[in-house]
Amino acid sequence: MSGLTIYVPRDSAALAVGAERVAERIAQEAAIRGVSFGMVRNGSRGLFWLEPMVEVSTPAGRVAYGPVTIDDVADLFDAGFAEGAQTHPLSLGLTDEIPYLKKQERLTFARMGITDPVSVADYEAHEGYAGLRRALGLKPEEVVQQVLDSGLRGRGGAAFPAGIKWKTVMATPAAQKYIVCNADEGDSGTFSDRMTMEGDPLMLVEGMTIAGIATGATKGYVYIRSEYPHAIATMNEAIRAAEAAGFLGENILGSGQTFWLEVRKGAGSYVCGEETALLESLEGKRGIVRAKPPLPAITGLFGQPTLINNVITLASVPLILARGAEYYRDFGVGRSRGTLPMQLAGNIKHGGLVEKAFGVTLRELLYDYGGGSASGRPIKAVQVGGPLGAYLPESQWDLPLDYEAYAAVGGTVGHGGIVVHDDTADLSKLARYAMEFCAIESCGKCTPCRIGSTRGVEVIDKIRADNKRVEHVILLRDLCNTMVHGSLCAMGGMTPFPVLSALDHFPQDFGLVVPDRKAA
Amino acid sequence: MSESDELAAVRQVLIERAEEPGALLPILHDVQDALGYIPPHTVTTIAEGVNLSRAEVHGVITYYHHFRSAPAARHVIQICRAEACQSMGADALLAHAELRLGCSAHGHSKDGNFTLEPAFCLGLCASSPAMTINEEPHARMTPRSFDALVAQYGDCA
Ligand SMILES: Cc1cc2nc3c(=O)[nH]c(=O)nc-3n(C[C@H](O)[C@H](O)[C@H](O)COP(=O)(O)O)c2cc1C
Ligand code: SF4
Ligand code: FES
Repeated sequence: MSGLTIYVPRDSAALAVGAERVAERIAQEAAIRGVSFGMVRNGSRGLFWLEPMVEVSTPAGRVAYGPVTIDDVADLFDAGFAEGAQTHPLSLGLTDEIPYLKKQERLTFARMGITDPVSVADYEAHEGYAGLRRALGLKPEEVVQQVLDSGLRGRGGAAFPAGIKWKTVMATPAAQKYIVCNADEGDSGTFSDRMTMEGDPLMLVEGMTIAGIATGATKGYVYIRSEYPHAIATMNEAIRAAEAAGFLGENILGSGQTFWLEVRKGAGSYVCGEETALLESLEGKRGIVRAKPPLPAITGLFGQPTLINNVITLASVPLILARGAEYYRDFGVGRSRGTLPMQLAGNIKHGGLVEKAFGVTLRELLYDYGGGSASGRPIKAVQVGGPLGAYLPESQWDLPLDYEAYAAVGGTVGHGGIVVHDDTADLSKLARYAMEFCAIESCGKCTPCRIGSTRGVEVIDKIRADNKRVEHVILLRDLCNTMVHGSLCAMGGMTPFPVLSALDHFPQDFGLVVPDRKAA
Repeated sequence: MSESDELAAVRQVLIERAEEPGALLPILHDVQDALGYIPPHTVTTIAEGVNLSRAEVHGVITYYHHFRSAPAARHVIQICRAEACQSMGADALLAHAELRLGCSAHGHSKDGNFTLEPAFCLGLCASSPAMTINEEPHARMTPRSFDALVAQYGDCA
């Protein structure tokens, strides 16, 4: 075999636009032409408008081509793509020089799309397991201190300092403790957890192993939503590979430490992303939210101390250990340290994954990275932070992306999902959808959320039908107020965010008189 | 499959999962993967296997959208209805699918070949609108590409 390597992604979003058939076609065409090569099914680089994006290794670096269809494959070979020639119209040049990628600050996603996701050797060749090796030489308190010092906050939405949770679990004595990874990723517009599990799963395995050793937990669960069959399969492959290589199981790397990892599949419930509902689900019950306290860190899974973190939170830890807390903390602004893998989705020309330090603005993301709307029409509203996040009008697109700056305007950064809507969007319809979603997904434990969401849909319908519009707007605001203050969890407590932001910033969509901004 | 065959399959799953703590969800997944659904007549057996009441198991099955108590058609289509897909025409895609299959969401197509279901995000939001057929992802869908895809799985007129 020559040294030639061709990369065709196995990420779901690449498969969804034909990557599998392109891979098969490349193999056929190469066989016909007598070209010998190695094929790696890598993760996606996250430039989804270019998928399937095929890469070829050359002495100068990897060269990218995309989006490649099966009909392009013969042409690509004719144009010398197997040797990395860049004359074909689909040639994108050196992958690393593509501006969208080059301008990013990829820490957690540094290996994404580069390595073979389930190859431990490839992972190690790219700084993988450097963090675990370092952690094995430290005392548990020292590992936890690194996480504390890094300033890492939970990436799953609530942004709680990760190190504090770790410390609580470490300090709580118990015969059995657990690490639970929240891979429920139910928010619309988010896919960084999925990409991690499909494209660099060993990073999550390593992060959870470090968490186990630091807190004294010997068993971990990854709770993955059922909508992600490919992520489930790749995680299972990665776990088996890590076990076979001695990085997981008994006596990890001869250290005497033990950590077992298992994947559990969810069953299509949004609220099961809430950490206590997730624990109920793992215990084999209906995924209904538990009142806190007790905190899961003290009384969690099967009543034992349990560390629950999001995929990206845990996946950030190997690098923090490998390079030191300071290295990570030096990225970011204010109390939002490090980087966030942001996800550009919806009506956007260049949708994909953008990992940047906190502090970037939405406008930069929408235009410098995203290239504006996919439809070519003006962008009207952007929902940041999932279905419970506010709709931000243009006047708020220059805020730095930072947990506190967003909270100050009633927004949320959440899991970093950014969903773009152009000027054809009807914000009263989206507000109605937010209430409807809450009604479908509510766990039913508390009245404001269970009943309020259904009432919310009805009231918005009346407003949209101009049935006592002004009175019903007052009623809607009152209802939102009750939900915000009377709900047990953020499902009922935050559903009013998209609704109220739509009402406040886009009153015309509700048939209301637009306030004269100049007069104010 | 006869009822007794179904029960035998359920018992097999219960034996395989006997040692696992909190195994009800994995058990229900295994049963649904093996039989295509969770037959109501198997609930008592499952309940006995995990030492819960029949009502508790029923409560779990009905709580989760993923579990079904009646068989699906040969092919299951899920169309994402969440915000990112909406911004790229998911509503129109679903409406087209309903027309083409001759059923509404949660229903079976006229020819009995397809089950149509709504989904709330498939993680393909940067390539919306998105759907799956038999769990395989398809993105950047249009009514035309929908028709072409469905045609590959047998016609439904
Ligand atoms: C309704 C609801 C849904 C949630 N869904 C998710 C989810 O899908 N993934 C996630 O990581 N966190 C989710 N969360 C947040 C979790 O409750 C919890 O804060 C998080 O798993 C903690 O991990 P972290 O500290 O690493 O962020 C959700 C919260 C609520 C209220
Ligand atoms: S707010 Fe809604 S989802 Fe949360 S506990 Fe109450 S009913 Fe359940
Ligand atoms: S919103 Fe449709 S795939 Fe995420």
